[in-house]
Amino acid sequence: MATVLVLLDHAETGALRGSVLELATAARDLADGGEVHGLWVGDEPVDPALPVLGRHGVAVVHQVSTGAVDARLTPVLAEVLADAVRETGATVLLALSTFENKEAAARLAVATGAGVVTDAAAVERDAEGRVVASKTVLAGTWTTRCAVRTGLAVVLLKAGAVVSRHVDEEAPLAPELRTRALAVSERATRAALVRRTPAAPSDRPDLSSADVVVVGGRGTEGDFAPIEALADEVGGAVGSTRVATDEGWIGHETQIGQTGVTVSPRLYIGAGVSGAVHHRGGMQASGTIVAINPDPEAPIFEIADYGIVGDLFTVLPQVTEELRRLRQG
Amino acid sequence: MRIVVCVKHVPDIQSERALGPDGRLVRDGGDGTINELDENAVEAAVVLAEQARDAGDEAEVVVVTVGPDDAEDAVRRGLQLGADAAVHVLDDAVAGSDVFGTAAVLAAVLRRLGEQAPVDLVVTGMAGLDGLTSLLPAALAATLDLPQLTLAAEVTLADGAVTVRRDLDHAVEELTAPLPALVSVTDRANEPRYPNFQGIMAARKKPVETLTLADLGVDPATVGAAGARTEVLEAAPRPPRTDRVLVTDDGQAGARLAAWLLERDLVRTTPATGEVL
Ligand SMILES: Cc1cc2nc3c(=O)[nH]c(=O)nc-3n(C[C@H](O)[C@H](O)[C@H](O)COP(=O)(O)OP(=O)(O)OC[C@H]3O[C@@H](n4cnc5c(N)ncnc54)[C@H](O)[C@@H]3O)c2cc1C
Repeated sequence: MATVLVLLDHAETGALRGSVLELATAARDLADGGEVHGLWVGDEPVDPALPVLGRHGVAVVHQVSTGAVDARLTPVLAEVLADAVRETGATVLLALSTFENKEAAARLAVATGAGVVTDAAAVERDAEGRVVASKTVLAGTWTTRCAVRTGLAVVLLKAGAVVSRHVDEEAPLAPELRTRALAVSERATRAALVRRTPAAPSDRPDLSSADVVVVGGRGTEGDFAPIEALADEVGGAVGSTRVATDEGWIGHETQIGQTGVTVSPRLYIGAGVSGAVHHRGGMQASGTIVAINPDPEAPIFEIADYGIVGDLFTVLPQVTEELRRLRQG
Repeated sequence: MRIVVCVKHVPDIQSERALGPDGRLVRDGGDGTINELDENAVEAAVVLAEQARDAGDEAEVVVVTVGPDDAEDAVRRGLQLGADAAVHVLDDAVAGSDVFGTAAVLAAVLRRLGEQAPVDLVVTGMAGLDGLTSLLPAALAATLDLPQLTLAAEVTLADGAVTVRRDLDHAVEELTAPLPALVSVTDRANEPRYPNFQGIMAARKKPVETLTLADLGVDPATVGAAGARTEVLEAAPRPPRTDRVLVTDDGQAGARLAAWLLERDLVRTTPATGEVL
């Protein structure tokens, strides 16, 4: 029996991020008869976050406010996490594997002695009850399983790692909501937020959790229209290489790779992408990899399940057109 | 202005990298190098030191690494890139340290350096391109109780404060803190210089101090494999992809790809209706 705490990442509007339900699902299996608690930092959850969390097995939601202190500062978040762990007695904390959560986890671990696994693709308990997480490393070329040896295990799961499921039995319609105010220490705000510019909202799915990701690189020569058209046809996200973002062709938040977003969608389609090792590090764990590039020597073909030696400007529109035709029957 | 840069020696990411039976990275491939992102960290520090000198202040950049014999290459590279002095923590008991063990050792080095003369700024790369957890900068800042300004794509110093711009998935942020502080930089922060012949010759004369855990007063039981908070149980290379298709476009490759994707149910068969909770 254990209490598993889930960090409930949400948008600035107060809407729950869908991938959090994957964490709640994983948390149920780890709780081993214990309870799943959620931690909601900031203003009240908006509908339908609470009933949805309830249907996914979250028994209690701790809504913590930090008053005038900005909880988007990761040292502040780390103190809120430490307080919630103390309050709930949780032995496992699950959160999405984002840069912000990694920073907070690192600080929480220094404060509490917890062990941390980042970018986990799965988590379970072994026969001895230890929390064991799997992840791919070395640019997706190796898979490891590692056990956390400490009393508190912090596992940061990649979006899409787990398929979210409702609870089978009659679940409470909504979790119990416990509201707390926390006075954070002055040291947590020594690095102060001067300005914060939210990314422009997009109708496309979140890159890190999308099922399908269509990626453009230098080969697009700045014209992302064929990439976007295919992404929209299949309800996918648009990604890019560093070259494309450096050139200013598309926003930096779309960059996939070791210094950008890590993705592992069911389907990755790269067009005009050479497959440099820095890029591969962020996408090589994708389920199926498709590459379109006129250079048969491009390294991306070494890892592609389906490679087309060709020009993206003729191949991609044909894919989009044909999908549209076939799906309309 | 005294700036300390933490650098790591890692296997070259262009090389074939592997894990050993103990789940640890094989580090004896002989093609180790400074972690590329740490070159950005050194460059950021050297530029800030140059600016301080231009303004008439004294400035020093010290590079620090923790690791086996080979790791000295990483600080040597830092010296070639313009750092003034180096510290290498070399101790068998450090082998197998996790990020928190490493942070404890680096913190001990920083405290020791701080006793000699105050350290104004600590700079690191945003992540090690081997383990890629990006936990170290925040862990080190917390251990040293310094304000942290991480993932900086832009760093400026003025009036005893450091300001950074950082690009996150959902927002762009600007953070500021009084010195002393810790900054981690991304590869967007700058373009690391290429060391010239003069720089390489000058680096040979610069001091590298080698320290052990005993010198630092760090208990070996708290670091290394013994102190690690996670334990790798299994490590396996990813199985090669099977059934691979490579075709040259004959004018119909796009249409065939569309059919292949639908056959394998890789794209939704009905158009997307948008995400609902
Ligand atoms: C420390 C560091 C970190 C980095 N981190 C990242 C990262 O996170 N992500 C990242 O992506 N990169 C990263 N990079 C950069 C990386 O090394 C590569 O430079 C980059 O990924 C290359 O992008 P690209 O494939 O778009 O461009 P290129 O390598 O120039 O390849 C362009 C490809 O487009 C093809 N092409 C040209 N015309 C067409 C056409 N009409 N149709 C189809 N194909 C065409 C060409 O044949 C070529 O293969 C990093 C580099 C460093 C040093």
